[in-house]
Amino acid sequence: MHDRVPSGSGESSPATPAQLAVIDAAIARLVDLPGALLPIFHAIQDELGFVPHEAIARAADALNLSRAEAHGVLTFYHDFRRQPPGRMVLKLCRAEACQTMGCRDLERRLRDVHGVAMGQTAVDGSLTVEPAYCLGNCALSPAALVDGKLVGRIDAARLDGFVHEAKARGGAR
Amino acid sequence: MNVVVYVPGDSSALSMGADAVAAAIVQHAAQGRHDVRVVRNGSRGMAWLEPLVEVATPQGRIAYGQVAAADVPGLFAAGFLQGGAHAKRVGPTAEIPYLKKQTRLTFARVGVTDPLDLADYEANGGLVGLRKALALAPAAIVEEVVASGLRGRGGAGFPAGIKWRTVAGAVADQKYIAVNADEGDSGTFSDRMVMEGDPFLLLEGMAIAGVAVGATEGYVYLRSEYPDAKRALVKAIERARAAGWLGADVLGSGKRFDVHLRMGAGSYVCGEETAMLESLEGKRGVVRAKPPLPALQGLWGKPTVVNNVMTIATVPWILQHGGAAYAAHGVGRSKGTLPVQLAGNVKHGGLVEVPFGVTLRELVVDYGGGTHSGRPIKAIQVGGPLGAWLPPAKFDLPLDYEAVAQGGGMIGHGGIVVCDDTTDMASMARYAFEFCATESCGKCTPCRIGSTRGVEVVDKLVAGDQRDKQEKLLRDLCDVMTNASLCAMGGLTPLPVLSALDHFPGDFRKG
Repeated sequence: MHDRVPSGSGESSPATPAQLAVIDAAIARLVDLPGALLPIFHAIQDELGFVPHEAIARAADALNLSRAEAHGVLTFYHDFRRQPPGRMVLKLCRAEACQTMGCRDLERRLRDVHGVAMGQTAVDGSLTVEPAYCLGNCALSPAALVDGKLVGRIDAARLDGFVHEAKARGGAR
Repeated sequence: MNVVVYVPGDSSALSMGADAVAAAIVQHAAQGRHDVRVVRNGSRGMAWLEPLVEVATPQGRIAYGQVAAADVPGLFAAGFLQGGAHAKRVGPTAEIPYLKKQTRLTFARVGVTDPLDLADYEANGGLVGLRKALALAPAAIVEEVVASGLRGRGGAGFPAGIKWRTVAGAVADQKYIAVNADEGDSGTFSDRMVMEGDPFLLLEGMAIAGVAVGATEGYVYLRSEYPDAKRALVKAIERARAAGWLGADVLGSGKRFDVHLRMGAGSYVCGEETAMLESLEGKRGVVRAKPPLPALQGLWGKPTVVNNVMTIATVPWILQHGGAAYAAHGVGRSKGTLPVQLAGNVKHGGLVEVPFGVTLRELVVDYGGGTHSGRPIKAIQVGGPLGAWLPPAKFDLPLDYEAVAQGGGMIGHGGIVVCDDTTDMASMARYAFEFCATESCGKCTPCRIGSTRGVEVVDKLVAGDQRDKQEKLLRDLCDVMTNASLCAMGGLTPLPVLSALDHFPGDFRKG
């Protein structure tokens, strides 16, 4: 129950001017939507991979909310990251259907063989592993979302393949 | 002559390599100068056969199962464009027993048509329901849904028509249709299959609901775990607007109805209707106390129809064929059909739409074929993570809301997760509490605190630490959670816990 902490739950380092521009553009584009706060946070994370700390105050001001309210929303939802993820994000399903097909073994393998525990990012920045609770691929378990692409019937070999692919990707973030 | 080849674009098929198969078919067709048109259809729901490629022949569609990109040259060599023999050939799709035995009403088009082709949609019965609805008085639409006996497919099983009647009768300057597409239950994927495989069906159902109750705006609250469904819905909404059956003048009727898509953000409890409304309003997904009912004070305090995707997607069929025709299927107070989802450690997993009344055994054994591992079935969990674990001794229970409840379970959203005899039920009970602790919205104490205490008590029980006392404590805790939680999250978590304990006490006594 303690490992559903988003990868990097602490605050991010100060946002760059480019990141601030993304935040402001998302707010300007979506501010008039009814219930705009979630769409704004989604838009920022879609572009940056996480929601920088500065987004809280800026979104709150634009929507006439308190910063506490905006912070409360950001931290309620498991999806929103407060720090940049690794170059590959692997969301591994932990729910019952996938458990009956061995997803716990895959989770252990990531931790023990590859050194990336659930909710963590590899030290080389290659891979972030996050928990998912059902991906709707329950007849082809175990399932994962790898950079937003659904994969089914994952076994140890395919899992290792993703880890190696992540490592092979160049360039630190 | 142009040959149509179907390669599903459903995410389950994609998860098994369907994109590579489609690309290989296009490439080989070009090389061999075959005139082939590849259609990315929805899934037929036979997950173990994915990617399931079909070829349209004069004798009907011929299926080839578990096709890999590497099989494609061989398929062309075998003359698969004419339905030729090959090791992967399954035969005529319509004759596959798994499919042939089903009663597909809601899923009639899924896997058959091109999901985003409006002409294909209309050519296969699409929009008939909406056109009929527009010709009726709004109250008559509601009564048709009442007559169908359709009950909420999200889990609670509340009669949809009665809910609509309440919203229709409410007086307000604005009303909403809010569709719950936060299909969070493990072992369920019927909503996803419809949204990817027949998204216009959902939009048509929403428009009918809007016209019936006087709502002009609809929201779909879609879980973020479904990126492929998101893509399909975004395109479907655009095309329906462009074609003029969503927007200011629905099919020229002078009535307004538009649909907006909103994404969830990884919270299970947002599948609870009031938490979903909070989330749609841009807030934390914290459950509201009821009353007031969302039907009277829902989204932004306005009267709101909150229905699951399956419920709304069944409405066009009901309007097309009549409420009585729908109610002719099923048993007792469980009318019509249920798209059941067979999942987990099951040989033939997938989507099985059947009339209420078939037994769990027929579903799990006859359709499902037992376990994927080939080992004996130990238990099935019916109705998602808040549903009961049922042993094979209970498999004669019929699929019927009341009968399953009497048997100690619940149908929920119609998911069935199968596990074999290697599964430790004490760890599944522990997981139920763990999941509740992770996903609790935190508003009420029984759920927020009880779930964490529950994990601890199960651990002590399994460790054999004052066993009788721990079991008494566990049952007491479950009693409090059942009776004092604000919503089903805390209120039903005891169901998987106690059913595991009652049916498999030995798994809790290894210490």
